[in-house]
Amino acid sequence: MSAINKLSVGIRKFHTTASRLRKYVELTAVRYPLLKRGNFSFLSDRHLGFFQSILSAHQVLTDELNDLSGYNVDWMRSVRGSSRLVLRPKTTEEVAAILQYCNVQNIAICPQGGNTGLVGGSVPVFDEVVLSLELMDEVISVDELSGVTIVQAGCVLEKLETVLHLSNLALPLDLGAKGSCQIGGNVATNAGGIRLLRYGNLHGSVLGLTAVLANGQIMDCLNTNKKDNTGYDLKQLFIGSEGTLGVVTQVALQCQPKPSSVQVGFFGLNSFENVLETLRLSKRNLGEILSSCELIDQSSLECVTKQLELRSPINNFPFYMLLETAGSNAGHDAEKLNSLLEILINNGTIVDGTLAVDSAQAKNLWGLRERISEALACEGYVYKYDVSVPIRQFYQLVDDIRIRLGNLPIRCCGYGHLGDGNLHLNITSHEYNPILLNRIEPFVYDWVGQERGSVSAEHGLGLKKRDYMEYSKSPTAIHWMRRVKKLFDPNNILNPYKIFPEQSSTD
Amino acid sequence: MSLRILVGCKRVIDYAVKIRVKPDKSGVITEGVKHSMNPFDEIAIEEAVRMKEKKIAKEIVAFSCGPTQCQETLRTALAMGADRGIHVEVSGPEYETLQPLHISKMLAKLAKDEQIDLIIVGKQAIDDDCNQTAQMTAALLDWPQATSASKIEAKDGSLQVVREIDGGLETIKVKLPSVVSADLRLNEPRYATLPNIMKAKKKPIKKLAPKDLGVDVSPRIQVVTVEEPPVRQAGAKVENVDAVVEKLKALGHA
Repeated sequence: MSAINKLSVGIRKFHTTASRLRKYVELTAVRYPLLKRGNFSFLSDRHLGFFQSILSAHQVLTDELNDLSGYNVDWMRSVRGSSRLVLRPKTTEEVAAILQYCNVQNIAICPQGGNTGLVGGSVPVFDEVVLSLELMDEVISVDELSGVTIVQAGCVLEKLETVLHLSNLALPLDLGAKGSCQIGGNVATNAGGIRLLRYGNLHGSVLGLTAVLANGQIMDCLNTNKKDNTGYDLKQLFIGSEGTLGVVTQVALQCQPKPSSVQVGFFGLNSFENVLETLRLSKRNLGEILSSCELIDQSSLECVTKQLELRSPINNFPFYMLLETAGSNAGHDAEKLNSLLEILINNGTIVDGTLAVDSAQAKNLWGLRERISEALACEGYVYKYDVSVPIRQFYQLVDDIRIRLGNLPIRCCGYGHLGDGNLHLNITSHEYNPILLNRIEPFVYDWVGQERGSVSAEHGLGLKKRDYMEYSKSPTAIHWMRRVKKLFDPNNILNPYKIFPEQSSTD
Repeated sequence: MSLRILVGCKRVIDYAVKIRVKPDKSGVITEGVKHSMNPFDEIAIEEAVRMKEKKIAKEIVAFSCGPTQCQETLRTALAMGADRGIHVEVSGPEYETLQPLHISKMLAKLAKDEQIDLIIVGKQAIDDDCNQTAQMTAALLDWPQATSASKIEAKDGSLQVVREIDGGLETIKVKLPSVVSADLRLNEPRYATLPNIMKAKKKPIKKLAPKDLGVDVSPRIQVVTVEEPPVRQAGAKVENVDAVVEKLKALGHA
């Protein structure tokens, strides 16, 4: 392509992204009129004066002097709060002082990391004060031998990854948002990602953390031992609590040796049966070196290649799979992978595909999977569902929804962490359409509930999915979750309006 | 036209790897480090394959010089569409001091032995950044050269090449046989797809020693020391312009 063509293509791409960013976002309070603001204090000059007395000027952002829209609007541009104040502490002690004060003054707080969450959990619903961890971004220590890193909650995941690489270590998690998301947020949401298949989830890889409770008490659980059976493991409560039980300020993470040999393959298949067979044989024949197994359907690939002008090695297949292996011996890994591919090609399970020959190709192939979310957002409004379903039924939901919605949406597509049974179902329309939404919900949740799946596999509940907790958790469990919340945060100042369904009078 | 094209493919450390210097400062660490084909050579192979698809070329010979692992590099070239490979094996200390002149001599000899009409190489390798091989090969063969090519068109027994130069773009016509070096914007290399990767396993790779081509690879240079670039000094932030001026004065810059 000549240089001139590339330039105009670049301009076109910028325009698409820029116009997406300029799209108007309605206030959450307007879009969800049934939501009622809690009985929290309204921010006063006196409150502001206190915060300014304990923090430096650049740590206190008010709406009079700053544009707070970046803190009030989520990444998906689907919800907008009306916070008038953003606090940016630099130490755990500052977080403690802020929370202690807010607890007494009854000021609602919305803890915020990288603001890349997809369920409206990271931005205020009304005028909650945003507590941003972005200035607490240091990597405190890395121990190459034990693989343990201690890091502040506001450290961007990609930055942590870069630092770890210097010690030949790798993160136990990886996700498309890593350039913006923060490790504290990852822990608070129990983020999954593309390597969960290999390294497990954060409940296992977080060895310890420091959290500040609603009353300002600092809960030191910053253990770095792999094994510690000395009482209740309270840190587990904070992992996945979505900022409702405490604010995580430091994390001790178990990292793995950086694999010296990573192979990425991208394949086209003609049927979902072939996909399942590939998964089965991959697990069996690749064994311990398998690190990712992702599915992309035809519609998702079409969207990501078209909207972001990316190149795919193969086209016109109903299903695509991205396989990644990670190990310590390139020859051994290549042999395993090539033997597997030979079997799958010879019996027609895989029809075509490619293996990345260098890092550039590996990055581009991963881009076809990791940038689907971004591409979908370019089409207009995205109805996003992140569900766990039995692997055999992994794609059935997409087929069923597609038939049900007919011509209403622009597209229905499915992609996701096949190896973990975690499907990302996405539907797009030009603008938010409540009629379309009503045809999708509660159908999707009923479908998943019937399979005893999870209505939110990794994205969490936040604001947008809070009403669906009941599809995947029993009433007893929900009852006791509320009691734990009440115990840790009696005044409900930590991320109110999130994760719990509207309280019924019988609760 | 039915050209026989010779393409040079160098095995280099993958561009994404963080290079580390050996503790004894004798070189960079290559053991256990990811290697791949020099990106400019990928572009060269891609151009040759496109010429074959357009029926301008009839055969593509991929060449690589280095240790045993160069066979992987050649397999990638074969998977992209080259017909056969030639591996000149050099390893150990002689490989550390191998220079573009050695490669040029090998390419020149092969061009004569294999009756090559066109040699395409990447304009430079990402490890040594020499940008010499194409030029020296052309000189040894007394063939015309078109370096830093961003577009190649075959017309009536010669090539019309658009070159990227400092001032912009230069279009020249070179008669065949000639040597061309590929620049970044010449093309976007294809992914080698599985059926071709499988076929490539059966394509022949001929193994030669440098002396088979009459090339002496004994070192002409000696590596004295290899060091990391100096660590970048941290900057300092100040509050306002007056403070900037003060700091500059204090550091002796104003």
